[in-house]
Amino acid sequence: MELLDVSLLGWSRAQFAMTAMYHWLFVPLTLGLGIVMSVMETLYVKTGKEEWKKATKFWMTLFGVNFAIGVATGIILEFEFGTNWSNYSWFVGDIFGAPLAIEGIMAFFMEATFISIMFFGWNKVSQKFHLASTWLTVLGATLSALWILVANAWMQYPIGMEFNPDMTRNEMIDFWSILLSPVAINKFLHTVFSGWVLGALFVIGVSAWFLLKKRDTDFALRSMKVGAIFGVIATALIILTGDGSAYHVSQKQPMKLAVMEGLYEGKTNADLLAFGVLNPDKKVYNDSIDPFLMKMPVPVPGMLSFLGYRDFDAFVPGIKDIIEGGYETPKGTALPFTEKKARGKAAIRALADYQKAMAAKDTISAATYKAVLKENYAYFGYGYLENPEELIPNVPMVFYSFHFMVGLGMYFLALFVVVLFFVYRKNIEKQKWLLWISLLTIPLGYVAGELGWVVAEVGRQPWAIQDVLPVQAAISNISSESVKLTFFLFLILFTALLVAEVRIMLKQIKKGPETH
Amino acid sequence: MRKESAPPNNFINFILYKLYKLKKTINFKQNIMITYSFLQHYWWFIISLLGGILTFLLFVQGGQSMLFSLSKTEDERRLLVNVLGRKWEYTFTTLVTFGGAFFASFPLFYSTSFSGAYWVWMAILFCFTLQAVSYEFQSKPGNVYGKRTYQSFLFINGLLGTILLGVAIATFFTGSDFVVNKGNITSMFQPVISSWGNEWHGLEALLNLRNWMLGLAVFFLARTQASLFFINRLSHEVLEKRSRKYVLYNAIPFLVFFLAFVIWTLLSEGFAVDPQTGVVSLEKYKYFTNLIEMPVILVLFLLGVVSVLWGIIGTLLSEKFKKGIWFSGAGTIVTVCCLLLIAGYNNTSFYPSSTNLQSSLTIFNSSSSKFTLNAMSIVSLMIPFVAGYIFYAWRAMEKKRTDIEDVNNDHHAY
Ligand code: HDD
Ligand code: HEM
Ligand code: HEM
Repeated sequence: MELLDVSLLGWSRAQFAMTAMYHWLFVPLTLGLGIVMSVMETLYVKTGKEEWKKATKFWMTLFGVNFAIGVATGIILEFEFGTNWSNYSWFVGDIFGAPLAIEGIMAFFMEATFISIMFFGWNKVSQKFHLASTWLTVLGATLSALWILVANAWMQYPIGMEFNPDMTRNEMIDFWSILLSPVAINKFLHTVFSGWVLGALFVIGVSAWFLLKKRDTDFALRSMKVGAIFGVIATALIILTGDGSAYHVSQKQPMKLAVMEGLYEGKTNADLLAFGVLNPDKKVYNDSIDPFLMKMPVPVPGMLSFLGYRDFDAFVPGIKDIIEGGYETPKGTALPFTEKKARGKAAIRALADYQKAMAAKDTISAATYKAVLKENYAYFGYGYLENPEELIPNVPMVFYSFHFMVGLGMYFLALFVVVLFFVYRKNIEKQKWLLWISLLTIPLGYVAGELGWVVAEVGRQPWAIQDVLPVQAAISNISSESVKLTFFLFLILFTALLVAEVRIMLKQIKKGPETH
Repeated sequence: MRKESAPPNNFINFILYKLYKLKKTINFKQNIMITYSFLQHYWWFIISLLGGILTFLLFVQGGQSMLFSLSKTEDERRLLVNVLGRKWEYTFTTLVTFGGAFFASFPLFYSTSFSGAYWVWMAILFCFTLQAVSYEFQSKPGNVYGKRTYQSFLFINGLLGTILLGVAIATFFTGSDFVVNKGNITSMFQPVISSWGNEWHGLEALLNLRNWMLGLAVFFLARTQASLFFINRLSHEVLEKRSRKYVLYNAIPFLVFFLAFVIWTLLSEGFAVDPQTGVVSLEKYKYFTNLIEMPVILVLFLLGVVSVLWGIIGTLLSEKFKKGIWFSGAGTIVTVCCLLLIAGYNNTSFYPSSTNLQSSLTIFNSSSSKFTLNAMSIVSLMIPFVAGYIFYAWRAMEKKRTDIEDVNNDHHAY
């Protein structure tokens, strides 16, 4: 057999990253705008005011346009695990497939069914039934987020499974611990709230545009109010769950945390950086070059220790510590990379020997190998790695993404509070500067969400499944030319569709609520 | 492998901790009566059923392939687009769920087929991506490419989506060119479990005439059912008349291709599995044998075919008969389901490798673990509930037939 082409891994990753990031351009608006329009329709049903109905319909139209392209990009992702990550699909499919299937059965059908009532049922079903359909559409979207994020969280923190050497795969042994994994729940909340934040930014931004244009003011003020209240709540929630994310990352993926903070040498009472500029000369993890040209910690000392371990004096291991081991953790002294690699190789060898022994019906040696495998399985994935550098994700990418995301989160909170303040003073339409800022902030909402995924996904490299399967052992055996070709086909297709989507959105916004 | 419960450090963790504790008391009860083999058969049935439902729902694609030929005026086309446009999500979602369910229950199929027959699946995905935006975008101002382009996307999806899905399913009977070796994961330089034997990555299936038979059968069936659907849904005399003609034009090629595929398949060699050793071998008349040895499936299969014919012939014979779609739809679901059942039941390999027989996938060697199948079976109990609300919603929305008036009055019309 020919060797796998090295660039295959790169193209497979690029394709997944590109298609996922495209999908994520549309998903958060579905989640956020969905809530906004459902709230507005509820207000309509409660008060009977036609103005609320008009507003609902306006946002619903935008929802529909965005939804269609969200669906279009989603189907590719669903099948990409099979097409491009086929080893992965077998190796952990026993666990990973289930949430994807449940997502289809439970969530996508709910969305698909009720969305058609929501759009076409205004005159066909009762007012209450229509309202319920709108909420069920959003609930369906949110449930689909739940299941896919359970799947993703499990990759970051694999639990509830056991390796079966006869089948060469991991098998599920505990469904509930996968679903209720604290990482999964936190990830679900943080991600859905990020959609809410974007939805709120979108609503106040678009409303601000109407106010700047001095048209449809009644509608714009109504929407502004709903958007601002929703925004304050959503950003508070996202900061709260963001803290939860960082906590879980510290516990479960210490390397990701170290990279997020550019922390090479571990510290007790470690500071959290508000911002920093990385030193491009820092090339090797264990040289003596300062990783920062400049840095600015947040004023509370020991904040990083607190964030990660709920203790201002806790030791936070750096990149170097994680590679070299030797520090204390609740599970005992950390092992150095060399030792983990040796154990990983032992596990892989034991698996091969086990299978040979079983084929030869030598059950006695098989039992011995199985024991060796079991003992070392926790480090299985390390057996595929050669150099300690492979353990380190791209530091600048993760570091800057993390800090920009957090910075944006703080800024969004401030923005929503100020907008809400002027909404209550009833003179927001006079604050031209604030309206402009609100309008221009819409793209930043998208940026923050994409950066979040970069932190989460780039930060977990080289692992497809943390500690169990590195990406190079997860791919499909296809030529890199094929993947390159589909990469560009998707890129062109998605970009073409995006262009159309944006133009349709702009036209619909310009049309305004009156004509609906 | 690893199991732990996080110490309750903040509010969310605290709640989680409580939930985690709670779950221990509501763990699954393993039912001893339910054997692994039963679950594997059950899941192959679910997959087959989804396959049947998907084939029925492909009437949306069939209708898309007739957008330009069935309609003569702009208004007529708009009407067609709009009645199809209220159903397309079901087909799409069924396809997605079909994929997800296959992944969860037979992951080795998911990994082997999707990575192996890469180009066929990619082409299918591509044309469904095109479809997903086309309804919503085509009549909106500012859509850049113009109505005609989006309608052509729908046409492409109608043409390729049906034929390629048919071809892909036909390989369940004709075999593909792949090798599976799970032990390869321990090879440092080449850790790949499934490998395709040729560089065509699935396109080679188009060189097999029998695959084409099923592809074209699915295509013409979709068009036949689309015509029946229009007769049922539209309040438009001209289109209804034309649709009746289209039933005839499409049902004939459908029957020819379908019968050719079925007869050919029943008469050819099939991929039999020895239940004791798991060894796969070619067996003459295997699929025919399967029908004979599973008389329930045989009867259902024949009833399904009769029901499809009933729907078609009834429509052709009587101007008043508008319910053809229900008969042919139900018949399609049953027939396709049975066809897939004989590919997987009775010790048959459902995804055979024609070049490396022992790599062939069976419901036994490619399924998920017993635990997962069991958990998924509990989830599958939701399916009737889902079907129930879909039916309810469908009824609530379709109290009367659609005419151009309705479309023009609907602010969300396409
Ligand atoms: C946090 C939320 C979230 C995340 C992380 C993802 N999705 Fe998604 N997905 C949704 C939330 C969502 C949604 C909100 O439910 C969508 C977006 C727009 C829409 O129409 O539904 C959707 C649509 C959507 C569809 C179309 C469904 C249909 O038939 O209606 C598919 C197949 C997927 N997604 C699959 C995936 C896969 C395989 C993902 C991971 C790699 C993924 N999604 C990430
Ligand atoms: C929709 C939001 C998501 C975005 C924006 C996103 C982003 C990314 C990015 C940027 C990468 C590339 C990392 C790199 O190669 O350096 C990646 C890889 C990957 N992600 Fe995600 N991701 C998302 C959701 C998910 C989910 C929900 C899953 C799993 C269910 C997932 C599984 C993967 C896999 C399998 C890869 C490829 C292997 C790898 O490079 O690790 N992603 N994703
Ligand atoms: C200010 C506070 C914030 C903090 C402390 C924070 C923290 C984090 C952390 C640590 C991760 C990585 C989680 C992981 O790797 O598993 C993450 C991911 C993410 N963040 Fe944030 N974040 C904040 C604000 C935001 C904002 C404002 C948005 C978007 C509007 C956002 C969107 C995301 C997304 C989409 C992800 C990926 C999904 C996930 O892993 O949960 N975050 N965040």
